[in-house]
Amino acid sequence: MSKKQTLVVIGNGMVGQNFLAGLVSSGAKEHFEIVVFCEEPRPAYDRVHLSAFFSGKSAQDLSMVEVGFFELHGITVHLGDRAKSIDRSAKTVLSEKGVHIAYDKIVLATGSYPFVPPVPGHERDRCLVYRTIEDLEAIQTAAEQSQVGVVVGGGLLGLEAANALKDLGLTTHVVEFAPRLMAVQLDDGGGALLKRKIEAIGVTVHLNKNTTLIDDGESCLHKMNFAGGDALETDLILFSAGIRPRDDIARACELEVGPRGGIVIDNQCRTSDPDIFAIGECALWNNRIFGLVAPGYAMARTVVSVLEGGDNYFTGADMSTKLKLMGVDVASIGDAHAQTPGALVYTYQNGDSEVYKRLVVSADKKRLLGAVLVGDASGYGTLLQYCLNGIELPENPDSLILPHRSDESVGLGPDALPMSAQICSCHDVNKATLCSAIEAGCNTVSALKSETKAGTGCGGCVPLMKSVMECELAKLGIEVSTDICEHFPHTRQELYHLIMVEEIKTFDELIEKHGRGRGCEVCKQAVGSILASYWNDYILKKEHIGLQDTNDIFLANMQKDGTYSVVPRVTGGEIQPEKLIVLGQVAKKYGLYTKITGGQRVDLFGARVEQLPSIWRELIDAGFESGHAYGKSLRTVKSCVGSTWCRFGVDDSVGLAIELENRYKGLRAPHKIKFAVSGCTRECAEAQSKDIGVIATEGGWNLYVCGNGGMKPRHGDLFATQLDKETLIKYIDRVLIFYVRTADRMQRTSVWMENMEGGLDYLRSVVIEDSLGIGEALEKQMRHVIDTYQCEWKTTIEDESKLKRFRHFVNSDRPDDNIVFVEERGQVRPADEREREELKARKHFKILEEA
Amino acid sequence: MSMSDWIDVCSVDDLQPDSGVCVWADGRQIALFYMPKEQAVYAVDNFDPFGKVNVLSRGMIGDIGGQPMVASPLYKQHFNLETGVCFEDETVKIETYGVRIENRRVAVNV
Ligand SMILES: Cc1cc2nc3c(=O)[nH]c(=O)nc-3n(C[C@H](O)[C@H](O)[C@H](O)COP(=O)(O)OP(=O)(O)OC[C@H]3O[C@@H](n4cnc5c(N)ncnc54)[C@H](O)[C@@H]3O)c2cc1C
Ligand code: SF4
Ligand code: SF4
Repeated sequence: MSKKQTLVVIGNGMVGQNFLAGLVSSGAKEHFEIVVFCEEPRPAYDRVHLSAFFSGKSAQDLSMVEVGFFELHGITVHLGDRAKSIDRSAKTVLSEKGVHIAYDKIVLATGSYPFVPPVPGHERDRCLVYRTIEDLEAIQTAAEQSQVGVVVGGGLLGLEAANALKDLGLTTHVVEFAPRLMAVQLDDGGGALLKRKIEAIGVTVHLNKNTTLIDDGESCLHKMNFAGGDALETDLILFSAGIRPRDDIARACELEVGPRGGIVIDNQCRTSDPDIFAIGECALWNNRIFGLVAPGYAMARTVVSVLEGGDNYFTGADMSTKLKLMGVDVASIGDAHAQTPGALVYTYQNGDSEVYKRLVVSADKKRLLGAVLVGDASGYGTLLQYCLNGIELPENPDSLILPHRSDESVGLGPDALPMSAQICSCHDVNKATLCSAIEAGCNTVSALKSETKAGTGCGGCVPLMKSVMECELAKLGIEVSTDICEHFPHTRQELYHLIMVEEIKTFDELIEKHGRGRGCEVCKQAVGSILASYWNDYILKKEHIGLQDTNDIFLANMQKDGTYSVVPRVTGGEIQPEKLIVLGQVAKKYGLYTKITGGQRVDLFGARVEQLPSIWRELIDAGFESGHAYGKSLRTVKSCVGSTWCRFGVDDSVGLAIELENRYKGLRAPHKIKFAVSGCTRECAEAQSKDIGVIATEGGWNLYVCGNGGMKPRHGDLFATQLDKETLIKYIDRVLIFYVRTADRMQRTSVWMENMEGGLDYLRSVVIEDSLGIGEALEKQMRHVIDTYQCEWKTTIEDESKLKRFRHFVNSDRPDDNIVFVEERGQVRPADEREREELKARKHFKILEEA
Repeated sequence: MSMSDWIDVCSVDDLQPDSGVCVWADGRQIALFYMPKEQAVYAVDNFDPFGKVNVLSRGMIGDIGGQPMVASPLYKQHFNLETGVCFEDETVKIETYGVRIENRRVAVNV
């Protein structure tokens, strides 16, 4: 067996670490002793999400190296030690701390550094850059003593940095040398709209500004003097004027570098020395530097394959990007500037909804060359596929960017994609890989995810992946049944439409016309809930009784021992002492176990079915009403104490919570719905984990939708910001009814959203822009639900015939003797099986004794 | 060898259409289910052998593959109303009883 070779990796950034991870899971691992030099004090971390450091992520959270990774794979790491020089003739590497080792191969992954224009004064105090965790720590410290901050450079990174400064509470400016923002990715129209949107958020943008001198300011620490003679005062300056490859070590050992920097590599990522490779932002391929991670990862894969003896090639990378900058969607694809000779340009601009879209199309109108999207980037996936795969464009290419008025579909059918089409760019999964996994039996999105890893990165490709899957399954002749159950060949949504269109009011009518058999608990409950939400009829009407499960029939939640729990509504969690006392008195009188719920109310357990009416009569007399804890309906609107008491509070969260809870109480839905309202961004009410979450800000209410806790928690998505109350309520009305109308049975809003084609953007377009023209109808239906609200318990106890049901036996007043309680911590609880046997035996014994 | 006894338990008006009620029949708890469209009444034990509590009368009813069934309100197992056999686990069976209706009175055979 041959002795292992030594492979030295210089730089442990995102790409260097990705290379190591690829290498240790490849066959090449056996042949190398691996030594890593890492200049930074910590191993690789996620630079792409660096800004998350300001929102509370720690360095540890951002780490990209699994604990124990280096030890596990026998890799030697020199942390905080820069490789200083390479002696190519002796084949050795020398580090700053004096480590001197012989190498067989080297991989350079030294990345880049921020370019700071050589303006006189640039080295003054609080003049900083944005690249490492140490940089961010310095920014944080500097911001504490500053009021005003300026970012020099209006590119991608600069705008991200500006957002960070703004979030740190500084009055923020962006100073850009070029005549528009994001000059590399956007054209003039797109840049202008982006500028308007960013200024609307409160960041001032200065274009065409060339800084000539930084010196002492009068009101601030610095004064930036511009070429035209004007000036801007600021306390903090962040330079984000582009990056330069770290090629110092390569230059020193005379590897070939480009005229403007960058270590020259070939298609196998080899430098001018065949034993030395370069990958990531330090490498120059075809005279280009790639400032994104995905191309760096492609280079890393290439080198792993070369070391394995394979013949992968790096053939360039697509630099298309889609991102959200300060809440604004921006995307750029391919030749955005129409530099291809003969290229045709189509532009769509909507001043009202602030959308800008531009297509660059080949002279023969057959191929998409590039695109720019600002304000609405929902078409990105489709356009990118057209561009990357050279798919022939529709006859009128502009149909791809014009808003679709009717239901014509402009999305790209999955059949149009070639097998080589990359579906998931995070994990480089193409259509062919998906298809073979589908053929091998993956017929759900989650099975496909775990098999191929597609869709597990940013998740942006999941809708496309799903449609590829559905299309392939159809071709394989596998039918994916979406029927609600064996009794109806329809989905819940289809049943909803049938009920609406044909004005069907009972289950019998529906099953007669559209189903078969007698139904089951699945379809009956679904139909019961649709009838209730559409007609908002009292659910215990005789014809609806059979459609309700026990909780709905007895208007209480059945517990494991067959008893029920009682939860009166406590709107917003606010309760007067007298009412609190009543709850205690009722619990005591009926011997109920009492517990505070997570939704800020009081749950009384252990009520026998025949006790429910009298318990409720007492509660209703004291002013309580049903809490609907038993239904698939609005549960609670949790709130923090808000501005009335809390010193941080910005608005009255309790007041709003009570208003919302009173508005939506009783609304029936495919699943339970929870709300919360927080009085400021400290978020004590945990609104972001609710179906509907509202947070007060200085500028108005921020609305979050489709979050949930439970088994699979999901953070709500920020839906709209700085709303007044009227708009807020309008949006919530629309979102909720749209959910009630379109969700599947037992689908929480989170899953509904994740399965919705177009996702958040689509929901926004329906609700905010009213793209389907149904906004008013949605509100009208909500109005009807609100107007016809009744407390089901009140209706029940007022009707003697209804009360007949609340007995254990219809032919006897005796209680169920199988319900037995024991005491624990001063309250009752159901006896377990052993205790029940014991108690029964004792009773038996007592009876014998007495006899 | 036990002699069958017919016990009068309730009036037809006590039954709930498309739903269930529980009756006390000489020391037993029996669940009665009424399907008006089929003009059928079924009687089975009220005791849920999985949850070990008396709740089956509060389950929802319907059919599975044409067989009449009740779904336990606790853990959702289904029982065949004609045979008592559990659809999910054939080794579990609940007792079923004959039902007779005369002069608008319901009697069960225990
Ligand atoms: C704020 C921010 C946001 C970004 N957002 C995105 C985005 O949304 N999408 C995207 O694709 N990209 C984004 N990027 C770019 C992305 O982070 C880089 O493309 C990526 O980090 C490049 O990886 P790399 O390994 O080549 O370089 P780096 O991650 O910079 O790693 C190089 C490492 O090598 C070390 N090093 C250098 N010389 C030596 C030496 N002689 N000896 C030892 N160690 C050395 C450096 O200290 C550094 O730790 C963003 C970057 C920043 C700063
Ligand atoms: S969210 Fe804000 S207003 Fe509400 S309790 Fe917390 S700090 Fe106070
Ligand atoms: S977490 Fe589990 S045990 Fe607790 S209440 Fe919910 S379902 Fe019951």
